[in-house]
Formats: sequence, C-alpha cells, structure tokens
Amino acid sequence: MTTQVVRPRAALPGRVSLPRQLNSEWIKLRSLRSTWWGLGATAVITVLIGWLVCLAQAHQFHNHERAAGPDGGFAIHIIPNAAQLSLTGIHLSQLIIGTLGALVVTGEYSTRMILATLSATPRRLPVLAAKGLVFGAMAIVVCEIANVIAFQVGQAALKSTHQQASWSTIGSVRAVFGAGLYLVLIGLFGVGLGFVLRSTAAAISTLMGLVLVLPLIATALPQPYDTDIGKFLPMLAGTQIIVTPYRDPDFLTPWIGLGVLALWVAAALAAGAWVLHRRDA
Amino acid sequence: MIEANGLVKRYGAKTAVDDLSFTVQPGVVTGFLGPNGSGKSTTMRMLLGLDHPNEGHSSINGKRHVEMRAPLREVGALLEAKAVHTGRTARNHLLALAVSNGIPTKRVDEVLGLVGLDQVARKRAGGFSLGMGQRLGIAAALLGDPPTLLLDEPVNGLDPEGIRWVRQLLQALAAEGRTIFVSSHLMSEMALTASEIIVVGRGKLITSGSVADLLRRASGGSVLVRTRAAERLAAALRDAGAAVDCPDADELHVDGVDSEAVGAIAAREGVALIELTTRQASLEDAFMELTGETVEYHGSTKVRG
Repeated sequence: MTTQVVRPRAALPGRVSLPRQLNSEWIKLRSLRSTWWGLGATAVITVLIGWLVCLAQAHQFHNHERAAGPDGGFAIHIIPNAAQLSLTGIHLSQLIIGTLGALVVTGEYSTRMILATLSATPRRLPVLAAKGLVFGAMAIVVCEIANVIAFQVGQAALKSTHQQASWSTIGSVRAVFGAGLYLVLIGLFGVGLGFVLRSTAAAISTLMGLVLVLPLIATALPQPYDTDIGKFLPMLAGTQIIVTPYRDPDFLTPWIGLGVLALWVAAALAAGAWVLHRRDA
Repeated sequence: MIEANGLVKRYGAKTAVDDLSFTVQPGVVTGFLGPNGSGKSTTMRMLLGLDHPNEGHSSINGKRHVEMRAPLREVGALLEAKAVHTGRTARNHLLALAVSNGIPTKRVDEVLGLVGLDQVARKRAGGFSLGMGQRLGIAAALLGDPPTLLLDEPVNGLDPEGIRWVRQLLQALAAEGRTIFVSSHLMSEMALTASEIIVVGRGKLITSGSVADLLRRASGGSVLVRTRAAERLAAALRDAGAAVDCPDADELHVDGVDSEAVGAIAAREGVALIELTTRQASLEDAFMELTGETVEYHGSTKVRG
C-alpha cells in the first residue's frame, strides 16, 4: 500500500481548435502515399482521356475530309461540342477521386486510427468538417488544374479541324471549372459514404452503385420516367455542367444539375455526421 | 482522478458492462483486472467517450472527455495496439495528433526518444512489430504530458525488457502524482506493477482495493499442517475456535488461527508435526478464486474427452 502523499498534477494549457484540426488532417493526408497516387491518377486520367477522345475526333475529321475529296463539302465531320469532348475524362477519373474520398475516412476505421483521432479530438462533427474541408481543398486544386490542362491539350488536338473551342466560346469556362467542381463533389460523396459505412469495400461499392448503376436502371424505365427520374440521379444531374453548347431539354440545366448533385453529397455528409455523432467509435 | 458511476453498456441482449462503479486515485498505479471479455476495454472506451454508455456516467478529473479543451493534455490513452494508419510514419502519426491539441513539434521527438522509437521515427508504422506498435501507442499517450493515463493491455506483445520498462515507467509516472489506470488479464504482471486493483468479471465489479489486501483476503490466513495425528490435532484446533478442513489423512487446512497458534496447540497436545506452513495465495490464485465463475471462455486441459 502506498502511503506517500503526492500532489495530483494539473493539465498543461492549450486547446483544440478548428485551424489546429485542419492542420492535423492536412498532415494526415499529405503523409499517406495513397493521397498522392490518388490525386495524381485523377489528374492524369482526366487529361489523358480528354486528349485521346479529341485526337480520335480529329482523326475522324481528316478521314472524312480525305474521302470527300477537295470539293466535297457534304461529308464534313462536325464537332459541335469541342469543349465537352476534352473534359470526357471525368467519367473515369470520378471513380478514382470518389475512391480516394472514401479511403480518407475508411482508412482510419480499418486501421483503428479513428480511436486515436477521437481520443485527441472528441467533438465529432469538427472531425468530419476538418476531413471534408482539407480533402475538398486538395481535390479542388488538383481537379481544376487537371481540367484546365485537359481543355488546353484537347483543343490543341482539335486545332487542325478548325472546330476547336476557346476560352471565349460560350460555355467553355463554365464547363471546364464545373468539371473540376463535379470531381470534387464526387470525392466528397465518397467522404460522406465513408463516414456512414466505415468499410472501404461498402463505401466504394455504394458510391459506384449510386453514380454508375442507378442511371443504367433508370434507362430501363418506360418513357417518360426514364428521364424524369434519371435527370435527378447524381451523375446525370452533375455532368450537365460540362455539356456544351447545345443541351438536351430533357435534362437539368448545368448549374441546377450540379446543385442537385451537391444535394446528394450534402445528404451523404449529413448522414455521415449523424452516424459519427450517434454511433460508438 | 477517474470516477465511474453505474456504467452500463449493452450490445443487443448481451450486457458487456453491468452497473460498474469505481474510483481511480492519483499517485498510484491502479490495475484493472479481469478475464477476457469481462468488459475492461469497453469500460475504458466509455471513459474516453468513444462508446456511449446505456446508463451511468464517468468523469476524468471532474470532466467528461468531450468537454476537455485539449484532451491529449488531460488524458493520454492507449486503447488498441497498432491503432495507427499503417501507411503513415511513426513521426507523422504523432505529429498529426500533437498539432490538433496545440502540442509543439519538439514534444513529438521527445516522446519518440522516450519510448525508444527515434531510430524508426520515419519508417511506416505498417511494418512495426506488435511491441513497436505498443511503444508508439504509449508515445501517443504521453504526447500531452497528461496527468491521467489510460492504458489497455500495454505490455501485450512486449519482450521481457519492454515489460519491465513499462512497469518502471508507469510507477515513475504515478510517483509524479499522475493517475495511472492500466488494464490487464495477466495477474502476475499486475502484482508487480499495480498497488491498487479493480477486479471485474462479466462486466460487474468483483472487488477493489489494494493488492496487499486482496492477497490477504484471498489467502484467508490459511495454515497447512501435516501430521500423523491429524484427527487429534483437528479436534484440539476446533476447540480453539479454528475452522479445520481435512483433505487428506495426514493433512489439515486451518482457518481462523495463525501458524504460531497452531504450533502452540500442537505442542500442548504433544502432537509431532511434519509440516507447518502459512499458505500465501498468489495474486493469480486470488484472481481465479474471485473470477472463477465469471470467466466467459473456458479452455480445457483435457486432450481427449
């Protein structure tokens, strides 16, 4: 039995704050290789696919031109949506950024790092906010730059057709920067689903199901339900932001469409916040 | 000081922690002892606000964990070995935790040195052994130099040198006036490390008190006597008010009187003794005696039924 009298120690001063939590999440994200691989792959795929699609279109144009001969103007290959073509890569890179968003959260659960995180910062909603903000900030920088490059590279590939878009072409600026925003939203969709489901496999497959599979199911519905329902699904609503210059009146307008995607993402993040707040760690 | 009041945690129909109340005082190492599945880890997680109790409440130095302004500076915790992202280096892991609580970077290098991980600070934690993972967990617990430490099975996976290091570290930290609450299912280890002990079984409090008291109570002052004249001596001892048990023809287990009294009575009766021993239960015996009925997962030493 210890009889010595010891003075209980007091805690040192200091406090948790949102800027400190942001700094903490920034250290966490930048210190994982998967972050850089994921962001790098998102950028490379975005640019590469857009460039290849534009090259193929230019190739087709010249084939038609040769077949038509020097004075055959009828067979010309029209490229009406040059800006949109160069941004096609987001259809593939959305899978990478969405997976990365889910991993940012589920990686902590699968390794039990979440116990350390919540022991250090027990108020739960700021944990979600800090993760979402830091991931969103990194994603927006990478995705905007990637889409600007994709646009430049793609339009350069189309130059020989004289049908390329420029920054002053109507809709170009909206489509290019909107494409970046679309990718960021899909990434945050992954973050939200990660907090809801906690398992990497469950979060990624749910994201793929909502983004890729729901539109396929919608097309199986009889008219007009296919588009009436389909236009509100995450991908069909969100990708309206890159449609140039003519849009299908059956679908939502670009910004309304992106707004609908943002609502899906907000719902996923809200559900994630609820689960994080209520469930045991 | 840690206080738990009527903590209850249910998982479906199973009650993992059942009306558990206890107090952990500063200045000593308090052991939290119980068989596997007795609710030790769940209790620790509730103290840290990671699991929400169905009933009851707890506080650390009068505060709920979620109310702490800088939790790492108030309570350090080791909950699971290797609760670390496998892709991150040891140093970055600690750095991320430190900055969230405004702890300076130099403290990160300090604790890495303290736990002996400075050589592997920039290696990814995924490649760490269980023992290195425990050291990293202890480093994280010490980051904020907190007055309270909660450690769940900290010596698991450590080599003998590491076990001894943890024991001395915990005792030194307690001597500085800190509250040290450390769980284990290894009684022998607790006997060496802790001076106070809280024993649980199936989520219920079985006993608490000092290790010395627990040993005394469990051994019950039993005296073992071997003699050819067992019956005669047993009668004399019973006359003297002792409880006597006769498990063997020439063996007696005597309760209620000490070995000196037994010797005196034997001399008076003219009984020759073969052996006279005070039975001191080990903490392990005491533990088995206390938790015997509450052990959830029994193994068998019978190879063939």
